[in-house]
Amino acid sequence: MSAHGEAVATPAEAVGRPTPSRRVKDLAFRVALLGCIGLAFLMLGVLLWDVVSDGIDRLNFDFITSFASTSADQAGIEGALMGTIWLMGVCAFFIIPVGVATAIYLEEYADNTRWYNRLIEVNIQNLAAVPSIVYGILGLAFLVRGPLSLGPVVLAGGLTLGLLVLPVVIIAGREAIRAVPPSIREGSMALGATQWQTIWRQVLPAAIPGIATGVILALSRAIGETAPLIVIGTPVFVAFNPDGLDSSFTAMPIQIFDWISRPSNDVNNYLPLAAAGILLLMIVLLCMNAVAIWLRNRYEQKW
Amino acid sequence: MDESQQNQEQEAEATGLRRPLDVHHGDHPSPAVKGAEQKPKAAREAIFRLEDVMVSYSSKPAVRNVSFDIGQNEITALIGPSGCGKTTLIRCLNRMNDLIPSAKVEGQVLYHGQDLYAADVDAVEVRKRIGMVFQKPNPFPKSIYDNIAFGPRVLRMKGDMDEIVERALVRAALWDEVKDRLKTNAFGMSGGQQQRLCIARCLAVAPDVILMDEPCSALDPISTGKIEDLMLELKQDFSIVIVTHNMQQAARVSDKTAFFTVELGEDEHRTGRVVEFDDTEKIFTNPSDPRTEAYVTGKVG
Repeated sequence: MSAHGEAVATPAEAVGRPTPSRRVKDLAFRVALLGCIGLAFLMLGVLLWDVVSDGIDRLNFDFITSFASTSADQAGIEGALMGTIWLMGVCAFFIIPVGVATAIYLEEYADNTRWYNRLIEVNIQNLAAVPSIVYGILGLAFLVRGPLSLGPVVLAGGLTLGLLVLPVVIIAGREAIRAVPPSIREGSMALGATQWQTIWRQVLPAAIPGIATGVILALSRAIGETAPLIVIGTPVFVAFNPDGLDSSFTAMPIQIFDWISRPSNDVNNYLPLAAAGILLLMIVLLCMNAVAIWLRNRYEQKW
Repeated sequence: MDESQQNQEQEAEATGLRRPLDVHHGDHPSPAVKGAEQKPKAAREAIFRLEDVMVSYSSKPAVRNVSFDIGQNEITALIGPSGCGKTTLIRCLNRMNDLIPSAKVEGQVLYHGQDLYAADVDAVEVRKRIGMVFQKPNPFPKSIYDNIAFGPRVLRMKGDMDEIVERALVRAALWDEVKDRLKTNAFGMSGGQQQRLCIARCLAVAPDVILMDEPCSALDPISTGKIEDLMLELKQDFSIVIVTHNMQQAARVSDKTAFFTVELGEDEHRTGRVVEFDDTEKIFTNPSDPRTEAYVTGKVG
């Protein structure tokens, strides 16, 4: 008997059992989700297997240290590899200060009720979605020809790619700055620090992991962009390393594209070269992402 | 009239001076100014004078009709139910409401006779002299040492940084507990220790006034007791204004108390106001206003 004097049901009846159809639906949902993941991994696995099996033999030290050549046996990727590294350097030097400064302005200084600030925000969201070839046309019109007339050199290529991925850095930077709690800013201001001192000494150091992640994501996207580089007139066959910002160059995606588009015959088989190039590009990408993850873990804040 | 005006002007000039931390606060209750007469401890003049202060957010008044004086080297408590503008008002005293774009402050806030909201007054300078401790402890994500040293570094205070940090921690009754781990992250401390760290951080920049917005509401009773003892000790050298929900705390530590209540306007909008301001003993034993009596006896919450 319970405390109230009525008969208490036995435990089996006190809590109802789920009906069979509900359990089946639950299970079906889980199977469907796992199926989707499986499909995605399967496709990725097939692609990777295809590339690895074609290119792994060709991926060796000679490949990395030889320049392009019409003879498939002697061709290597060094010119393109160094070109890509130079491009990434210029790109990073451009996007980091400009992107972080824009993020700071939009988050800390801009008054959202002003029309020009809202215009800037809308613009940046849109620019992140513009197709990359449009940036190629922009680079051709203003950097390679037109006002700056740099020609198809490393500086022009790096800046074009920089413009392409700048919105990524700005958006990631804004998220990182926004994630710093307002209580930190208030605590700093209450001590008599100016707004800039608060940003420079409290907000930015706390936001560095997020900003670094954004920069690496941006560079990871920039490294694989082919269309803008083609439009600005990057040559395909380059048998030297870039020696300055005003030097001609080529890049890995373009080199790979060139190898793929050549017909292969018994004498010259370009397919393994292309596959090895793709593998190298993926390895460089993985390294950059590893750096991002390491940076993020090292400086992660637990509020 | 002339002499007191002169004194007021000298006081106003005194606010322009920096007091380094190595001046012994214990000897001089008022700022050390050449020629100003020493104020006897008995005659506590006002460090703040509020006259008909009203604060609105987006044109809706949040608190109005605030007129009272805050005495030097005293603890003034602001009590009252939730939502009656106590935090809004205390944030006026160090111009923290400037950080909220929709906030507007009307009326006069005089600090040592000088209008805090005059056009030529720099809010950053104000905050050097009037410090604040917040409700939820907000240590910076740095080491304990860097937390305390942040203020002096940013304000370019002269002196040995190690000494400044140690003195601030000693003053905040935290030195013994953390002296062996100054370089560890501040988040590794308990809530009570973090709040004392925030107090030490505030002390390190040598303010005149310390504003405390419900400093103990997030802490356990033992930490609360430690911080109350700290307040009573600090009032010898600083003036303290504390917002508290805890009536007994106000009765324990404060010298003067202001009781706030909230009123319903015509458009259903709630506005806070000061009902009564008097010696703490009088407020709690023999209040003049029936609303005050209802609150302090617990009839109304």
